[in-house]
Amino acid sequence: MPREHAVMPNTSSAADTIRPRRSRQRRKQLTGFLFVVPAVLLVLVFFVIPLCMAFWMSLHNWPLLGKPRFIGLDNYVSLLDDARFWGAMQFTALYTVVVTIAIFAVAFPLALFVDKGRPLTKFYRTSFFLPMVVGFSSASLLWAWLMNVDAGLFSPAAFRLGLTDKPVNLLAEFDTTFWSIVIMVVWKTAGFNMIILLTGLQGISAEVQEAARMDGASNWLRFRRITLPLMRRTIALALILSVAGSILAFDQFYIIADGGPRNSTVTAVYWIFSQSFVSFRLGYGAALSMVLLLILVTISVIQLRLLRTPEGM
Amino acid sequence: MSRTARSARRRWLGETRYHLVGLTASLLFLAPLAWSVLVSFKPSLEARQPPLPPWPVEGFSFQNYENLAKFGAGIWTYSGNSLTVSAMTVLGTVIISLLAGYGFSRFQFPLKNVLFVLIISTVMIPFQSILTPLFLILTKLGLQNTLAGIVCVYVTLQMPFSIFMMRNAFDSVPKDIEDAARADGASVFVMLRRIMLPLVLPGVATVAIFAFLASWNEFLAALILLTDQKKYTLPVLMAAIRSGQFGTIDWGAVQSGVTMMMAPCLALFLLLQRYYIRGLTAGAVK
Repeated sequence: MPREHAVMPNTSSAADTIRPRRSRQRRKQLTGFLFVVPAVLLVLVFFVIPLCMAFWMSLHNWPLLGKPRFIGLDNYVSLLDDARFWGAMQFTALYTVVVTIAIFAVAFPLALFVDKGRPLTKFYRTSFFLPMVVGFSSASLLWAWLMNVDAGLFSPAAFRLGLTDKPVNLLAEFDTTFWSIVIMVVWKTAGFNMIILLTGLQGISAEVQEAARMDGASNWLRFRRITLPLMRRTIALALILSVAGSILAFDQFYIIADGGPRNSTVTAVYWIFSQSFVSFRLGYGAALSMVLLLILVTISVIQLRLLRTPEGM
Repeated sequence: MSRTARSARRRWLGETRYHLVGLTASLLFLAPLAWSVLVSFKPSLEARQPPLPPWPVEGFSFQNYENLAKFGAGIWTYSGNSLTVSAMTVLGTVIISLLAGYGFSRFQFPLKNVLFVLIISTVMIPFQSILTPLFLILTKLGLQNTLAGIVCVYVTLQMPFSIFMMRNAFDSVPKDIEDAARADGASVFVMLRRIMLPLVLPGVATVAIFAFLASWNEFLAALILLTDQKKYTLPVLMAAIRSGQFGTIDWGAVQSGVTMMMAPCLALFLLLQRYYIRGLTAGAVK
């Protein structure tokens, strides 16, 4: 059920504003307005205006220095032929699908594992969650080192255990780079998804599960027929957060792989970054941003729709 | 063997298996963090070797931290930048969302719902798509390449979550409390500070933790908006070291930097876990 009341007007406070004198009420209105003005100004200046500007810029040839020139939709036309942009989009899509499946494959068992309160469960929850609170930048630096061929952990360890005949440079090939980064992201974010899924699990009443058990339903059947359907909203939320986060991936590919090997791990945001702030094609970068924004909003809307209707699962 | 003994044995086996799995999984999640911290305390030469074993063999040493301190303008400058940015972001976020949360919760005024939805809906738009115009706006305002400029951006990015949290926090305070205070003649600001603030303090803690973690760890905006090397925050500095901008990569120094970046986040989380999880679940059930 959609719960739009989160943004509904707070009608109860209207009761105490009914005062005989109008000026008094006006003053109270003004006070309330003044309270929210700083936040509104901030959001206008540093979010809404830049957003409108981004669209405006996307219609221009906009160099860092010198005069911008209006070119209509030309940026969008040349974007259609930009093989490297579509390559980056394709890679981002691949990464998003793989990493989201991988995160769920790890986070769901973890959530079930820490659902029941047993001794040490709190400790397990905290340990699984801990990588989440360090930033993506720290985590990336840490894994860049673990993946390093000379001073790192993985290749030298594999070599010493006799699994490889010489230390393998994980960053030299696409597959090893890609999967190492996927593992790193799963390590870092599985705990977060575990907590989100846990809120859904704990929202299912014990009586329902117990009744099904009495009726002789197996664990697997109960999981499929009760747990999963009742968690639809939670799963939708975790899915949207994971997909949206992955589409915007940048830090780990920039810090660990520098987009390599041979530019094979350049994500959409990475390409926009390099067009805007390395090549300084600001108008073109803005057009790319608009496309990315549109894709992201569309995906969020579709996912919300699909997972909200009962037939969606 | 009696039935009770057999079922007790089975339960014991189940328990053991549960904890075996739990401890192994915990180890996997904690190992990379521990590995990095331990290696940061190896002597410099040892830290350049593969970390097997992870702990310092030739005694604990602060050499990696001393080496890290020598990069660029010195580590104090960079950690100072990071601390300033985070502290200002936390302060700004708390004050502005506290005021706005109070306004949205307790007052009626024209356009109230429009403004609320406007602020909350910015969470749908990725900030990565507006970095170019932000760069130009900050330049216009004379804030490009300043810590103040990046603080403005970070505070703005915290607004949807923080205002949502604070409005809910105020909503859950009963109206009678204010009515009583108003009858005693307290002004709006006195009421907010003396009576309401203590009651919404858990919400403030949540908002503050999220603001700290976000601003302390943020990388992309800092990379773009801070162009002068002296203004770098820790993540930008460390990425520059890792990419070899300062010469050969000193992995020991990198791990000491990673440890410095992780330590406040881990400490804050372990101390204030309750408020952090409250923020997560508030987002999850909205």
